[in-house]
Amino acid sequence: MKKLSEYVDTEKGAKELAGDRVTVGVATCGISAGAGETLKALQDANLGVLVDPVGCSGACYNEPIVTVKQGGVYSIYSHVTKDKAQKIVDAVKTGKICGELFTAHGLTEMDYYKKQQRIVMENCGLINPLSIEQYAACGGFKGLLEALLLEPKEVIDVMKDSRLRGRGGAGFSTGVKWSFVLGKTGKKYLICNADEGDPGAFMNRIMLESDPFKVLEGMMIAAYAIGADEAFIYMRLERPLSIRMMQKAISLLGEKHLLGENILGKEGYNLKIRVKKGAGAFVCGEETALMNSIMGQRGYPRPRPPFPAEKGLWDKPTIINNVDTMANVATIMKIGLDRYKKIGTEKSRGTKTVCLTGNVKRPGVIEVPFGISLKEIVYDIGGGTPDGTKFKAVQMGGPAGGCIPASLMDLPLDYEPLTAAGAIMGSGGVVVMTDRDCMVDVARYFMSFTQKESCGKCTPCREGTLRLLEILERLTDGSGKKEDIELARKLSIFIRDSSLCGLGQNAPNPILSTMKYFMDEYVQHAEQKTCAAGVCKNMLTYVITDKCVGCGNCARICPVAAISGKLKTKYAIDDEKCIKCGECMRNCAFKAIEKKSTP
Amino acid sequence: MAKVSVNLNGESVEADDGEMIIDVARRNGIDVPHLCWNVRFERIGACRICVVEVEGNPKLVASCSTPVKAGMVIKTHTPRILEARRTNLELLLANHDLSCTTCAKNLKCRLQEYAHDFMIQEVPFSGKRKREEVDYSSPSIVRDNNKCILCEQCVQVCNKIQTVYAIGLQNRGFKTRVAPPMRMDMNESACINCGQCVVACPTGALTEKSSIKEVIDALNSGKYLIAQTAPSIRATLGECFGLPPGVPVTGQMVSALRDLGFQKVFDTNFAADITIIEEGTEFIKRFKENRSLPMITTCCPAWIKFAEQFYYQELHHMSSCRSPQAILASLVKTYYAEKMGKDPKDIVLIDIMPCTAKKFEILRPEYKGEADYVLTTVELAKLIKQYSIDFLNLPESSFDSPMGESTGAADIFGQTGGVMEAALRSVADLMSGQDLQRVDYVNVRGMETMKEAEVDLGGNKIKTCIVHTLGEARKLMDQIRAGTSPYHFIEIMACYGGCVGGGGQPGPHRKEILEKRAGALRKEDSDKKIRKSHQNPDALRLYKEYLGEFGGEKAHKLLHTTYTNRCIIKKCK
Repeated sequence: MKKLSEYVDTEKGAKELAGDRVTVGVATCGISAGAGETLKALQDANLGVLVDPVGCSGACYNEPIVTVKQGGVYSIYSHVTKDKAQKIVDAVKTGKICGELFTAHGLTEMDYYKKQQRIVMENCGLINPLSIEQYAACGGFKGLLEALLLEPKEVIDVMKDSRLRGRGGAGFSTGVKWSFVLGKTGKKYLICNADEGDPGAFMNRIMLESDPFKVLEGMMIAAYAIGADEAFIYMRLERPLSIRMMQKAISLLGEKHLLGENILGKEGYNLKIRVKKGAGAFVCGEETALMNSIMGQRGYPRPRPPFPAEKGLWDKPTIINNVDTMANVATIMKIGLDRYKKIGTEKSRGTKTVCLTGNVKRPGVIEVPFGISLKEIVYDIGGGTPDGTKFKAVQMGGPAGGCIPASLMDLPLDYEPLTAAGAIMGSGGVVVMTDRDCMVDVARYFMSFTQKESCGKCTPCREGTLRLLEILERLTDGSGKKEDIELARKLSIFIRDSSLCGLGQNAPNPILSTMKYFMDEYVQHAEQKTCAAGVCKNMLTYVITDKCVGCGNCARICPVAAISGKLKTKYAIDDEKCIKCGECMRNCAFKAIEKKSTP
Repeated sequence: MAKVSVNLNGESVEADDGEMIIDVARRNGIDVPHLCWNVRFERIGACRICVVEVEGNPKLVASCSTPVKAGMVIKTHTPRILEARRTNLELLLANHDLSCTTCAKNLKCRLQEYAHDFMIQEVPFSGKRKREEVDYSSPSIVRDNNKCILCEQCVQVCNKIQTVYAIGLQNRGFKTRVAPPMRMDMNESACINCGQCVVACPTGALTEKSSIKEVIDALNSGKYLIAQTAPSIRATLGECFGLPPGVPVTGQMVSALRDLGFQKVFDTNFAADITIIEEGTEFIKRFKENRSLPMITTCCPAWIKFAEQFYYQELHHMSSCRSPQAILASLVKTYYAEKMGKDPKDIVLIDIMPCTAKKFEILRPEYKGEADYVLTTVELAKLIKQYSIDFLNLPESSFDSPMGESTGAADIFGQTGGVMEAALRSVADLMSGQDLQRVDYVNVRGMETMKEAEVDLGGNKIKTCIVHTLGEARKLMDQIRAGTSPYHFIEIMACYGGCVGGGGQPGPHRKEILEKRAGALRKEDSDKKIRKSHQNPDALRLYKEYLGEFGGEKAHKLLHTTYTNRCIIKKCK
């Protein structure tokens, strides 16, 4: 075997990281907040120090984020939009800190990161994602080199021993999965599932855009362990930046001869990695549908068994792992079993990347050890719900997951406890909900998602999810009946029990779990026709209170002319005409308009 | 394969390791309801009506696609399963055009049957329902998506068995539909009219296009009415009247046609003998000249359209001989009309065929003005019932002269391998100039989709191949295209089993049933005194009186045809 330094100029990377440096987070989230323009402004400013684009550190609520490193001191600046870039320029040039934008002298100083444990996302937001030298300088490829010293079977044993569980959702042991193809000879395939499609889940995107080499290194280790010489990474077309980054990273690896034949001088270790772009159907995240899609067929799931490890792509043994799992593989081989084993719980070792979204003060991507309580995630990391709202529940695991009420917030983040509570770990999305969220409407929203994304193959999912959605629409628009609740519950159980693939089997989870914990809301919608959260439009009235000074602004704003009155007297809303858009309430300078649940 | 023991509803039964639960259950007398399952197709597990409980699995599993394992404990009808099946049916019915009594598949529909069994009298779900226009464009098949339950059986047979890809799945979720690509209608599509999708469809979404009304009008038009019946009809028509498969009803069929008002009932078998004479002569000529070999039979109109669409560069391999149907039609409107001194326009010829593609064949411009209508076996049975004819108690009668007499060779036309066997009998004699003893060519028989046989005919080794289903035909055609075909003579039939499994035959088309039908034809053959086509005395008289020599100029004009390049790619809108 050859040394890494024969392929990659590690010293160059180390030098870049050690010196003075200004970095701007330009993953998709940063760019949408304006980081691209900030980066350009800083690059054009002739700062005299290296201005490097980096990925995302996960603190979405602070984007765009600029980090200045001068004389060994880090300064993190938040919300640095283009118009504020000059302030950073001044700060760098004068060597002083810009107090207005300053956040912290390092991630660990921020509350957001205090309970996090970053081993998988260690490089995210810190290195230039497309600098193979910087990646190597941070210990990149160390895991691969370690793996290549072992026999493939030994690598699988390490994975088994690490108790790494697949991060795609079901939590199946990665090592055990790999061992299914161990005795098989001939052509084998490896697939990295990057078809992250849950609403509110973007941890894979951040990984792919911030540290693509880590994912690729994980794939290289996996391919070596299972004996695959061809690998696909299945990505969705609606994430063009991820695709560009990954394609660039793969070609960089190729240029450095880290892909191809006899990699790193290891005789017989050959690997070709290709990006396969999917059109974005949610069901293509299901492994058998994903394989059909790669093969150019309709993205339809097929019955299992046979499992992909037996008959996968083109009927050859195939191993599918998701992005997060691949990154974990690289991490385990790098940091070693001893360290890895100390993180997480007995059954689920390591960390989990979680997307924290919804009504929470600090949304973003976090990496936490398994076993951390949901309360710590929501309050300590997320900072709790916005002022004036009351925390009600978290929705976990996307459209296939379920809700966990505030009363169960001491539950640990782990596969089994979450499943027992009616939710799932899924890809790791945590959506925080408050008393302003209607749980029936939440169920309706997720059902409309799965209904749209159902592939149409099996009857329960294709026909059943539409009927469920129709029932929920009736309940939320006020035309529902009491019997509808029981009908929806029975139908949900049928769909869960009888569907072909995970999409259908888990589609009713949002309904079943909200029914489990928030049945009173369903009953209120069906019987009293009220929505306590004030979300369901047909159950609301907008009223003008005595605070009204008669300015007439609301009447001018109302798009359907439902508000009338005389200047300087109290105005009134015609409920018949009102479309409940809420524009009047948002624009009333005197807070004289209130939303009330229809009695 | 290793045997395992599984527990099925409390009883220990033996199964092959890895066998699907549904197959084990069916072998043990439990007919688990199923809509998307078909023994010949890939197990897709789409309809989920066949769900069963397996101990240790919290979910219900589809028995069609779940293999058994040693010690598996399976239950097939617990209250939970019945409830799931009922809900499944309710969901299908909620999105279904519930016009059962006016549906072509009324009383033959599996969805209807199951809804009846599960006593579904009210559907608890209401809301959106698909509404699509019915596609009447094809001469053979009516496609009504409002009755489609997306079991994919039609797609499987069209794409995987026939490799035609005329229809496929479009859109997703609730909007999923089966349709031809590129917004084509069925007539514009690559559909070869074989009707196997009609046979596969458990509901009324795909039905044959009926000509019954036109035929009733013709029967009352005062014109001279002639019927011809294809070789396989006699072996299958009885099933429509409750007889078991494999009981020939030739005599009753002829009587029924007379009762319906046909002045003459001719036998397509007579034309089948002529087909063999012409095709055999053509083959011998090509073989001696070593030209355009292998030669391929052309009795099957679905196969012809398939070749014209996908193998238009290889059309010179096709025999130029018409199908028996077209030969008889040609002779009726020329020879017979002349003989009877009638204007061909005053003769209405109605073909009773096992086949929906024949409805397309009679519309080919080459055959214009010949056959007027095609009724399938199923349609004929309906017509007989409409006329209140007590079919089973009819006296037997025989076909009319001069085109009613046929040999045993013609009888076997209705099954896979039959045309080849008939041809070999005649080719052997004609090549050697002798009346050989041998009439049985066992190698070409049987239900395997591809059969090879090498025959020594007078010192000439002739390699033949017989295929049914067009996916198999595609393999042979690819060989021919690549120039690697080892064969001299090929028989191709589009439908599984040949004409006994045609798209216009009564269902179901299970292998055992098709074999019984074929057996009936084979018995007709072995019971015949004359079993070689070129010895049919009526046929020989026809050549002497009218056609001249075998394969001669007049025969060519009346009994042969040409083919068209129908390259599918041009069709895209």
